[in-house]
Amino acid sequence: MDFTGQVAIITGGSRGIGRAVVCDLARRGAKVLFCYRERGEAAAETLAIVHNAGGVAEAVQADVSDPTTGTALVQAALERWGRLDILVNCAGHVGYGPMEDMSTARWRNVIATNLTGVYHTCRAALRPMMQRRYGRIINLSALHASGGFPGQADYSAATAGVQGFTRSLAREAAAWSITVNSVAPGFVETEMLDVIPGEIRAWGEGIIAMRRTGRPEEVAAAVVFLASSMASYITGHTLAVDGGWRMAG
Amino acid sequence: MLLQDQVAIVTGASRGIGRAVAVDLARQGASVLINYQRNATAAEEVVADIRQAGGDALAHRADVSDESEVAGIIEATLSHWGRLDILVCNAGATVDAPLMRLKPEQWHHVIETDLTSAFLCCRAALPAMRSRQYGRIITMGSLAGLAGNVGQTSYAAAKAGLVGLTRALAREVAAEGITANVVAPAYIDTDFIENVSPAIREWAINTIAMRRFGTTDEVAAAVSFLASPRSSYITGHVLTLDGGWVMP
Repeated sequence: MDFTGQVAIITGGSRGIGRAVVCDLARRGAKVLFCYRERGEAAAETLAIVHNAGGVAEAVQADVSDPTTGTALVQAALERWGRLDILVNCAGHVGYGPMEDMSTARWRNVIATNLTGVYHTCRAALRPMMQRRYGRIINLSALHASGGFPGQADYSAATAGVQGFTRSLAREAAAWSITVNSVAPGFVETEMLDVIPGEIRAWGEGIIAMRRTGRPEEVAAAVVFLASSMASYITGHTLAVDGGWRMAG
Repeated sequence: MLLQDQVAIVTGASRGIGRAVAVDLARQGASVLINYQRNATAAEEVVADIRQAGGDALAHRADVSDESEVAGIIEATLSHWGRLDILVCNAGATVDAPLMRLKPEQWHHVIETDLTSAFLCCRAALPAMRSRQYGRIITMGSLAGLAGNVGQTSYAAAKAGLVGLTRALAREVAAEGITANVVAPAYIDTDFIENVSPAIREWAINTIAMRRFGTTDEVAAAVSFLASPRSSYITGHVLTLDGGWVMP
């Protein structure tokens, strides 16, 4: 899988799955622009990993829930490198707590980042992709979308929304050879896992067929596959990377 | 190369999707056993194509719905290459008929060829994979198994059955480094769909988001990804290739 000459935008690229996607794509020759919201040091680390391996990447501070962020990211990529081939939406925000304690602010924040942020970046990315009649959009969802998850109804709603959005956009964009897919990870070793209480985590790990959590690199491999020319007849699909947890939907 | 030094078995590999899968696995570095049932000439052509490209392959005739012949496939693989990393259960057949006219022998033929064959191949392949605590099993499903299709009650039942088989097997062997996944294509340009009436073809094309059928190479690419070490946290998944048709 060679991405030489291609340009990718990754949201939430400073750490976790986003970082693994940035590094994997850059190692395969793509020029990568990623954004991060607050973790400047982590973003610098991601950049250092890419640059030390001889790759090309740049980082900008931006909040994807801001309606102007999508357009700004796409403009920045086009100004630097003149094209856009790949968009990967990894930026995510997650909390934990039962419904009765879920504040309206938390709900709005999760929907704005995980779902509406995807809408903003996808809308901005469409025009340059349509002009070249090629594009690969991959939106990170989660097993929460099909399986539900206690204490994370907001995140479940947002990630399920991402799948509905992904399928609809896949139908709209197919005529321009743009594919739109989502990847649904289960328990992956990132900071997002840290908010889940021990007993809930133990319950989850008991269900996973592989009896282990995933690594960000294992999710990135699925994203990179969908971003490659290998996946040219796959669109509107949700690829589960969950070690055999859900196996349904 | 994704599959350097690995060994693969592809059933029904003399033509169509199976052939493309075998050629792609070999291109990625795997040595491939080309199983076929009838067309030895076509199978030898696949072997020749692979060898000409610098790859390694062997043709082996076997009826995959016959227990002892399936055992022969595994024996041939192990005696030739000494290991088994990848099993692609691709062999299949369909006898299309409305349910009211579907004869029991037609039903049995499709269930045996499409479903029981996968059971036999998976069971026979497991000891070699278990001994090395590594394996990649890919079964060839179909959109018909997920969404149904007119005139294909037997085929849809067999292909849906493959999903259940694969997922249950995925749970059984997950702790041993073995993954099992389904690739489920919709309409792919093979001689399988030459029998489809022009009216149905036109209807399908017009309802597929990409407005085209898939190619055998596109199916092969998905199989190669799932067959590679890079799919290490994916198991029990049904990867659909439908060009944005049903999006199950």
